[in-house]
Amino acid sequence: MLKLYIPCDSVARAVGADQVADALQREAERRQLPLDIQRTSSRGLYWLEPLLECDSAQGRQGFGPVTPDDVPSLLDAFTGEPGEPGEPGGHSLALGPVEDIPYLKTQQRLLFARAGITRPLSLDDYRAHGGFAGLEAAVALDGAEVVAAVLDSGLRGRGGAAFPAGIKWRTVRDAVAGQKYVVCNADEGDSGTFADRMLMEGDPFLLIEGMIIAGLAVGADKGYIYVRSEYPDAIRVLDQAFAIARDAGYLGSDVAGSGQAFDLEVRVGAGAYICGEETALLESIEGKRGIVRAKPPLPALQGLFGLPTLVHNVLTLASVPIIIAKGASFYRDFGMGRSLGTMPFQLAGNIRQGGLVERAFGLTLRELVEGYGGGTASGRPLKAAQVGGPLGAWVPPSHFDTPLDYEAFAAMGAMLGHGGVVVADDTLNMASMARFALQFCAEESCGKCTPCRIGSTRGMEVVDRLIATSDMTERHDQALLLRDLCDTMQYGSLCAMGGMTAYPVASALKYFPADFGLTHTEAAQ
Amino acid sequence: MPDELLHLPVIHRVLARDKDTPGALLPILHAIQHDIGYIPDAAVAEIAHALNLSLAEVHGVISFYHDFRTTPPARHTLRLCRAESCQSRGAEALAAQLREQLALDDHGTSADGAISLRPVYCLGACACSPALELDGQVHARLTPERLRALVNACREDAAC
Repeated sequence: MLKLYIPCDSVARAVGADQVADALQREAERRQLPLDIQRTSSRGLYWLEPLLECDSAQGRQGFGPVTPDDVPSLLDAFTGEPGEPGEPGGHSLALGPVEDIPYLKTQQRLLFARAGITRPLSLDDYRAHGGFAGLEAAVALDGAEVVAAVLDSGLRGRGGAAFPAGIKWRTVRDAVAGQKYVVCNADEGDSGTFADRMLMEGDPFLLIEGMIIAGLAVGADKGYIYVRSEYPDAIRVLDQAFAIARDAGYLGSDVAGSGQAFDLEVRVGAGAYICGEETALLESIEGKRGIVRAKPPLPALQGLFGLPTLVHNVLTLASVPIIIAKGASFYRDFGMGRSLGTMPFQLAGNIRQGGLVERAFGLTLRELVEGYGGGTASGRPLKAAQVGGPLGAWVPPSHFDTPLDYEAFAAMGAMLGHGGVVVADDTLNMASMARFALQFCAEESCGKCTPCRIGSTRGMEVVDRLIATSDMTERHDQALLLRDLCDTMQYGSLCAMGGMTAYPVASALKYFPADFGLTHTEAAQ
Repeated sequence: MPDELLHLPVIHRVLARDKDTPGALLPILHAIQHDIGYIPDAAVAEIAHALNLSLAEVHGVISFYHDFRTTPPARHTLRLCRAESCQSRGAEALAAQLREQLALDDHGTSADGAISLRPVYCLGACACSPALELDGQVHARLTPERLRALVNACREDAAC
């Protein structure tokens, strides 16, 4: 029987994967051709989606991007020639063996090792591709040994703050309390990021496995995954995956034969960006407005419902199974400096080859944007890339040789954040992007601290005055005021929302003064 | 509003099921909005009573989160992504096209109740920008023509 693979990922579906699958089914029925269509996760090569794959002696062959109109000729190619099915290399959409596509071949996929290969809700697929090896190893270890492995691996929080994960684990494990929690921050609200979504939709058991290991190690028997409401597919997949994991004994009163209890629940956000901030997220799970808490107390000691809570991003928790399965030293051999392991970078915006690139830290932004991304989708000159979401800096091409490393980015007044890269061509006006950053902050600020609540609105007004005036002295004064305001927001805000809104604004002003009607000299003052 | 009282059985059913869940308020609001289409005023006092909260606390949560509506929705809700990635691929021009085609602002609802516009900041489709969500379905690699066709389909649906 002809076996084909096409993703069920929500973005593959948003560009027509379901229509292609339906067309294949209909056309195969018409031809009375036995056909097995497997809906897998996405490879993350989004410019090729919908990406159709078929088995061959050389591994899976890819075809894409496929439209329903291509279906008859593709089926001709799969069945017509005397050679193996899947050798219809002559088809105009043929890409050759998928794993030989340079974009994929040169990646170092640890977290996304199963992406595009397995069916998201198949436990058999998951186990056949290394799933639950980490949990099995963890069950045989003492919790302290698991915490030590996480510490030794050098894993840092992937949500943006890059705090050493092992230190959080140790703090929660050492805290004395009758009830502790593991909370997964899946409120992936940053524009340009989609790795959490891909992982939850495509490989939910990996996140579940990571959370179970965390729960067992720190002594928590309850975990929450807080997913933004904009990700309905992820919510549905996780709920289904919980039920499957419960039936298989991975969740419940005796997890994987450990004798310990652990269970999971999804909590759905409600469209508030600030709930991606960990303390606002905890407030939201508690049923309150997403208002940021002052720290200390740390969530590790007084988190959800006032109890010790391990809060991590999706990618941080999903990195744990491989660390436990293959060892801390295996993991820390990837990366550079204090940025160890791999990072799933996400290429978005005006980019020819948008998608997910998982590589060890240390490659340059240029390799990512120009090498993998292939430059702008519009073909126009590259103007800048915003790295790390709406609170990240706009980086000009002159700085693209900076290695993707937490410290190197911090040193140039930028941040890696969650690894999202939004590329812009020369038609995007950076003054309007600076204004947008402030407007976004004004709309999404929780309102607790003054620099963020008031500063964002005042900032919009300053940008408006700066752009409107033709008087150069006035323009210069407003630029000075804007930089001063950025400084106040950066150092005076309670959390990263106000604190880092300064990054896109200050970087736009610094690197693209012409968009504000300023010359370089003035902007540098 | 007397007809809102018709929703009380739904509200009571949700509360009976969920009120003892730790941190129950958001799941309860989502469930009510899912079943009724919005959060009726009549729900606020019922929720406050069931969860032992003040009316202000319940109102405060409803108004804090963008997702919660306190009026019935239009037949179709179109959420165009306005975040940076989609802006870099022409989302602002698409937003202008929508405003012009429907003669509405970014948060408007058409007079015939066919379509509501809402901005959204990121649908996770950034590798295939620009994107929108129409009645829960994401459409990516949007073009002006495709957007016009989607809106027309919503309007035609309203006419029948």
